[in-house]
Amino acid sequence: MSSIATTIDASATGTASKSRPGRWQFWGRLMVVPYLIVFLVFVLYPVCYGLWLARHPQSYVHLVEDPIFFRSVVNTVIFLVVAINVKMVIAMILSGFFVQTRWWIKILSGIFILPWALPSIPTILSVRFMLNPEWGVINTTIFNLTGADGPNWLNDPMLGLSFSMLVHIWKSLPFWTLILVAGRMAIPAEQYEAASVDGATSWQKFKFITWPALSTLYVTSLILSMIWTLGDFNSVYLLTGGGPADLTHVLATLGIRYLRLDQVDLSMASIVVALPLILPLVYFMMKRLSK
Amino acid sequence: MSRGIRLKDVTNEAKLLLIGIPVLIWTLIPVYHMVLFAISPKDSATSGRLWPKDPTLNNFRIVFERKHFYLDHFWQQLYNSVFIAVAVAVLTLFVATTAAFAISRLRVKGGRTVMNLALFTYFIPAAFLAVPMYKTMGNYGLLNSQWALILAMVTIASPYCIWVLKQASDKLPFELDEAARMDGASPLQLFRLVYLPLMVPSLVAVGTYALLLAWNEYLYAFLLLSNDTQVTLAVALGNFLAADDSPWELLMATGLIYALPPAAIYYAFKRYMVSGLTAGAVKS
Repeated sequence: MSSIATTIDASATGTASKSRPGRWQFWGRLMVVPYLIVFLVFVLYPVCYGLWLARHPQSYVHLVEDPIFFRSVVNTVIFLVVAINVKMVIAMILSGFFVQTRWWIKILSGIFILPWALPSIPTILSVRFMLNPEWGVINTTIFNLTGADGPNWLNDPMLGLSFSMLVHIWKSLPFWTLILVAGRMAIPAEQYEAASVDGATSWQKFKFITWPALSTLYVTSLILSMIWTLGDFNSVYLLTGGGPADLTHVLATLGIRYLRLDQVDLSMASIVVALPLILPLVYFMMKRLSK
Repeated sequence: MSRGIRLKDVTNEAKLLLIGIPVLIWTLIPVYHMVLFAISPKDSATSGRLWPKDPTLNNFRIVFERKHFYLDHFWQQLYNSVFIAVAVAVLTLFVATTAAFAISRLRVKGGRTVMNLALFTYFIPAAFLAVPMYKTMGNYGLLNSQWALILAMVTIASPYCIWVLKQASDKLPFELDEAARMDGASPLQLFRLVYLPLMVPSLVAVGTYALLLAWNEYLYAFLLLSNDTQVTLAVALGNFLAADDSPWELLMATGLIYALPPAAIYYAFKRYMVSGLTAGAVKS
């Protein structure tokens, strides 16, 4: 019954369907409009407006003269180079651990994802309290064990930045490990079995099987992680607030600092200065993903 | 021979445990510290013990009854967080699903360009877009309105959602569309009756992603909202930092309440999330 109805329907509209593409294109255009509006109103306009705010050469002179700016650039570079490489190398090692099939590793991987699943604020503030020089659990323990006062952790710029990096790693390590686990799962097990028969060591297996299969994914992850880390505001702001004496700022928090000081042109200039670093990364990622 | 293998197995397991135990401790320390604080009485929270002498739920009672001036608007702020997260999820789903359908299934002209614009947006670090976004919302007269935050979060969430949905819908067989067209289905019917039902797993992943992104957001929330009755719970937690003598045990109790819903949602939809999110990044 329904099949008859369908054939009648099809023959009735058969002639009309030749002129359909126009109608389908019309609906296609209509359906991209919501996103295009979002893009024009909340991406294109803000970006252009921001560039316009950053047009004064004077802003850049002020920026370069600000010692905090120079310090932030150095901190950002340290953050990118150290935190990302440490994170990715550990993720690479741990991905080899998490592909092992054990019941307890399955449970552990569920727990391991917690930092990624939980919101940043409570967990970072929890770390901040642990590091409090007077009441924090770390210094209390040091005092109970040795009777001496522990260091004022976050009052030292280098330690403060290091802890920000640790918090960043704590938060994002699970995600990248998961990505690399997915990559490792795609490698056929026979390759490892064959290598074992030939008596390959685990380092040789990594060097000749795992790494060649994962290198593209690893580099992509590295670049994507750089972009995201550049925008990581929480790990620094919520832990050190940029202090002591504004010495632990990175570019992500510096722009907000200027904004709160009502120096919008400086704020925008500090972002524009970062563009030569960001745009090549963005270009690389777009080429890779838009295939 | 067999003893040799067994010995090898034992050392292998020991090696795995040697990695597993530090990983477990490293992961749980900040979380455990938070829980410890939340269930400790005010004066014993900082004693350095591994488990409080008299664990209590009193802190949660204080939070729920709003018995501290930091918590005056707790329920309102919790509601704000829920409202904003749900609104962002719904709007993002609408914007992203229509765009992905038009690009992938209707093959709209210029669809590739739209996809590239979305990808470009996805790769702007969020903290760098925050300043221009803040100024723009000021120009639009939306500052201090929750819609400013909702629209900003839709802007940030939708590019990735479009991309994931496009990847997923490219995999659906085109014969389906052709069959529907032959039957005289209109584009909207194809969308509603064929496309949406087949895309449910991806829609769940993407909707959850947007929901959690909005719920967890701190930077945009504290920039765009300032009124105590309008801010989300995330901003309220950050406000505890204003003073050195903040009630930590209350902050950690509130933080735990704030952290539980996203964690629960994440674990409930983990199946969808993991495949959706890793598919997004793994493609190389």
